Amino acid sequence: MNVRRQDKIATVVLYLISGTIILILAALLLYILAAGLPHVSWHFLTSPARAFEAGGGIGIQLFNSLYLLVLAMLISMPVSLGAGIYLSEYAKKNWRTTFVQTAIEILSSLPSVVVGLFGFLIFVVQFKFGFSILSGALALTFFNLPLLTRNVEESLASVQGSQREAGLALGLSRFETVTRVIVPEALPGITTGMILGAGRVFGEAAALIYTAGQSAPALDFSNWNPFYIASPLNPLRPAETLAVHIWKINSEGIMPDVAAVSAGASAVLVIVVLLFNLSARWFGKWLFKKMTGGD
Amino acid sequence: MQKYDVTKTAIKTFSQPEHEIALQTNDLHVYYGDHEQIKGVALQFERYKISAIIGPSGSGKSTYLRALNRMNDEIQSAKVTGSIMYRDLDVNSPQVDVYEMRKHIGMVFQRPNPFAKSIYDNIAFALRRHGTKKKAALDEIVEKTLQQAGLWKEVKDSLSKSALALSGGQQQRLCIARALALKPDILLLDEPASALDPISTSVVEDTLTQLKKDYTLIVVTHNMQQAARISDYTAFFYDGYALEYGATNQIFTQPKLKATNDYISGHFG
Repeated sequence: MNVRRQDKIATVVLYLISGTIILILAALLLYILAAGLPHVSWHFLTSPARAFEAGGGIGIQLFNSLYLLVLAMLISMPVSLGAGIYLSEYAKKNWRTTFVQTAIEILSSLPSVVVGLFGFLIFVVQFKFGFSILSGALALTFFNLPLLTRNVEESLASVQGSQREAGLALGLSRFETVTRVIVPEALPGITTGMILGAGRVFGEAAALIYTAGQSAPALDFSNWNPFYIASPLNPLRPAETLAVHIWKINSEGIMPDVAAVSAGASAVLVIVVLLFNLSARWFGKWLFKKMTGGD
Repeated sequence: MQKYDVTKTAIKTFSQPEHEIALQTNDLHVYYGDHEQIKGVALQFERYKISAIIGPSGSGKSTYLRALNRMNDEIQSAKVTGSIMYRDLDVNSPQVDVYEMRKHIGMVFQRPNPFAKSIYDNIAFALRRHGTKKKAALDEIVEKTLQQAGLWKEVKDSLSKSALALSGGQQQRLCIARALALKPDILLLDEPASALDPISTSVVEDTLTQLKKDYTLIVVTHNMQQAARISDYTAFFYDGYALEYGATNQIFTQPKLKATNDYISGHFG
């Protein structure tokens, strides 16, 4: 068999493999959208769920998911930024740093249900936060932090060392060099990682079942005082998210239109995650252009 | 590789200077971990002249240059002993404000390393950080330094464009302009033209020759023709020692040492 023939066969095989993967993904996506989209309406997106009769929506779950996401990102973003900057720019290369990096890597592969049970024991039981948005947000932070930190660290590490030398040789302090030269240059990568992390958090269910709870009490959207018990912003109320809702009604839902609600909710979930991914790409590119002053 | 008895001939002391000295080192050693890379170098650099440092790969010339504005501080395992006298100040003393010192002793690196910012901001950025905020003042310095670096004509209409879009030679001249913006006394250049094509190299060399009116330049180069073309003094480094130092003319025509002669006539490198 000559080289050219070999090359042709290899190319065809690779095309077939990637084609199969794309086909599976596309089929899955199309199936979810085709099954779910017909049930999605403004009413479905805004009205509360009904446990026993048809016609319920996912309004509260959708709001819960978004609120939880915002809280989780508010906690995990600064922490991961600080940790990533420290690990990449300040930590000495010794066994301690390597140990921390390895620990982060192990944490990032922790099954989310384990994170959920850990959050249950610590935040729900020990700290007495109960099944609440706060417990859920903290559990999601634990779930997301290792990946975000690694992403920050890797984005910073991919900035060339000569940029650091350039800053220092101009009499800038290490802090100035890091915050004004290195982080801006790494920002597109960092932002993309954060948005993708947000998408992951949005679709997460297992870590929330035992922390944010499985019930979605009615919310009073006219009172935004976070200390009011039915306020949408109250962080200590239980909050079933969209992903948890899908899991729950599929395992024990008794409303007559359970299949339709589940399909519709799944479609909404997929679309939102898709939006996160697309916006991450677009925003990352836009930011890179803006930061590098190029046009 | 031929062996030379370097310990006897290495420059350890120097006579009293006849000219104004911008920078001098005494018994400078640089260690990377247990490895001694620079083994006691005493040199003095005259003000408003170009001094070249030549020598084979691994002779320690870049290491020596990076010690002069304490860039070796950034390398975790590096240790520098001895003194680096800049005016009455020992740059190598732990009390020195490294960041202030680096404004006086600037550096240009082997590979052009402009920031991922606009051409204008590449120069204005450090100035702003050091307290020059007025637009008019910044504009003036940007124009002046770009002219000094011989880049103004090429970029004056595209100052807001990304510096990364410039060619390698233009980027390197931008890096020189950026270093000049801080009004340093001394400019250290680590093989500033080795990553450039011949035409850019000659432009950068012209730039350097222009600059010695106002600045003291210390240039590391592996290109002996370049050293001969642009420098007033040349130091020959070998195995962590400065073996021979003198007027460039003399070093290239009548080297005193066999090692220097062998190196400049291309017997090893």
